[in-house]
Amino acid sequence: MARAVSTRTRAIYTVIAWAIGLLIFFPILWIFLTSFKTEADAISDPPLFFFFDWTTENYGIVQERSNYVRFLYNSIIISVGSTILGLLIAVPAAWSMAFVPGKRTKDILLWMLSTKMLPAVGVLYPIVLIARSLGIYDTYVLLIGVLTLINLPIIVWMLYTYFKEIPVDILEAARMDGASLRNEILYVLTPMALPGIASTMLLNIILAWNEAFWTLTLTTVDAAPLTAFIASYSSPEGLFYAKLSAASTMAIAPILVMGWFSQKQLVRGLTFGAVK
Amino acid sequence: MLSSKMLGLTTAIALVATSGVMAETLTIATVNNGDMIRMQGLTDDFTSKTGIDVEWVTLEENVLRQRVTTDITTKGGQFDIMTIGMYETPIWGANDWLVPLDDLSADYDVDDILPAMRGGLSVDGTLYAAPFYGESSMIMYRTDLMDAAGMEMPDAPTWDFVADAARAMTDKDNEVYGICLRGKAGWGENMAFLTATSNAFGARWFDENWNPQFDSAQWKQTLEFYIDLMNEAGPPGAANNGFNENLALFQQGKCGMWIDATVAASFVTNPDDSTVADSVGFALAPDTGLGKRGNWLWAWALAIPAGTQKQAEAKQFIEWATSKDYIELVAENEGWANVPPGARTSLYENPNYKDIPFAQMTLQSILSADPTSPTVDPVPYVGVQFAAIPEFAGMATQVGQEFSAALAGQQSVDEALAKAQAIATEEMEAAGYL
Repeated sequence: MARAVSTRTRAIYTVIAWAIGLLIFFPILWIFLTSFKTEADAISDPPLFFFFDWTTENYGIVQERSNYVRFLYNSIIISVGSTILGLLIAVPAAWSMAFVPGKRTKDILLWMLSTKMLPAVGVLYPIVLIARSLGIYDTYVLLIGVLTLINLPIIVWMLYTYFKEIPVDILEAARMDGASLRNEILYVLTPMALPGIASTMLLNIILAWNEAFWTLTLTTVDAAPLTAFIASYSSPEGLFYAKLSAASTMAIAPILVMGWFSQKQLVRGLTFGAVK
Repeated sequence: MLSSKMLGLTTAIALVATSGVMAETLTIATVNNGDMIRMQGLTDDFTSKTGIDVEWVTLEENVLRQRVTTDITTKGGQFDIMTIGMYETPIWGANDWLVPLDDLSADYDVDDILPAMRGGLSVDGTLYAAPFYGESSMIMYRTDLMDAAGMEMPDAPTWDFVADAARAMTDKDNEVYGICLRGKAGWGENMAFLTATSNAFGARWFDENWNPQFDSAQWKQTLEFYIDLMNEAGPPGAANNGFNENLALFQQGKCGMWIDATVAASFVTNPDDSTVADSVGFALAPDTGLGKRGNWLWAWALAIPAGTQKQAEAKQFIEWATSKDYIELVAENEGWANVPPGARTSLYENPNYKDIPFAQMTLQSILSADPTSPTVDPVPYVGVQFAAIPEFAGMATQVGQEFSAALAGQQSVDEALAKAQAIATEEMEAAGYL
């Protein structure tokens, strides 16, 4: 039975929720506003909020100076590619860990997660040297491979948690009906875990989209994604905040829109299994 | 059978033919400074003259350093030309990581490069990077505020005069601060300014045997002078201010004086961005009568990493971008105030450039900096605002954090200096100097 919640309590919660939401959203809003300022307005003290001369010149300059579409295309290929590859590996891995665990499954899961604790720069040179000797520096293959490896522990963990929520009896029933292992995973498990898989996929695309260390280090021209596009607008000698904000807005817009449209799916997936 | 052989042959010929006509492409790593952006816009001139295409990779300064270091040490060959500074060039040149630029054409006139720039970018007399633009530091001041304070700025002021003027110009109620100086931690931020300033006070980073000198009276005098002055006549929150923050403050009319890179002169006198464009004067960085001024020396230069397959083409590009003709090309397209400054002697002899208000002061500042003898006492290192050893960047950034904390009032000058001494000693011992 649901507890009765008074209107007052509900109002307080709403206000708190909005306040937290706005606080988290504020940096993005500020980047968006700054992208429409002149460089002088962008650094004015006290900061200008809404009342300034709105201009779109920064977007014009950024469009003129960089090939945005090329960076965007690379970002899409790399983030979607690494997500698909990651899922292809992680779905069977999580299945085996959730439904046929061995003695060391828990240890393996923890060990996988522990690789996330290693500072990325610690493996910089080995990866650069491998990339060089394979001749795959600055290619999609390298970026997709590296990002898959980096995000794999998270994908496996998330999928493992979702799969654990699925009653093993259903899978057993399918097996008794003569379903092969492939059919069991493909036609029984996957449809039931779809919200979980979808939110894992979305989260992984976001993580890959935002990854800056490897994408900046392992690309030059051909595979450079939007992180490289943003990085090119910071300047040691000269004002750059407005142009940088315009570049950032253009870089985060696609993923923001995707997040907006899929937020129901995302929230459902992230809270999947949390409420009994 | 014959037809398949024919097909193979035709394909081979076609491949050879295509590779023959395909233009070479140079990949150049650079930073997002105004002069570099202008160069990118003018690249068509180079391509039309040589048929060589250019691909630009613009990166944030620290990312660029990390990328370039990784590429160079793994011989990755990702870049054919890289934009580096006066700090990296002697270190990398000595390690044979860069291609020596000792066979530049006669037309290029390498002797026209300002001697200070050439010296700072050479190892044992061999040039390893060609200066694209050079800078020193100088005082930029508000002539109207100086008049209102009843003072007159000499061309070569002392620190005492600058401190008196700063206090006289300060009007905190109206948010006017007598002096804006760097406070943000970093070897290229506050430590560039403080190391250069310490030279004027007779301090040095190391003695002839590489012993750190932060326990010296001169360093204490430098840091106390700086922090007292900033507390009395500096803007609030100065410990967070770097080049760009001070530029913004000066352009908004909030600084009486600003001592920083000479390249800032074109920004503060540009009426499009600066509210004080018509009332800016220039003077040499101050001294304390010990014979050294607190002005640094820096160049953004173009170098060829040893790993590239396109040395000849890369040299062609460097000759184009750092030539006298390039300066003329920029002047034609963007005006004389926007040509890359501080690299060539001939620019300062050009009558068109002599009218630029900050030109002569920039030249004098550059000429008065001596990287081989930066301070009063002898030192074992080269560099004015840095010591050109690989350990310096990391060490100076840590020391910079201590000095920045002292400016913010989080610790005393003595505490900051004691920590700096400990940091530098530990680092130098670990690196095997001591």
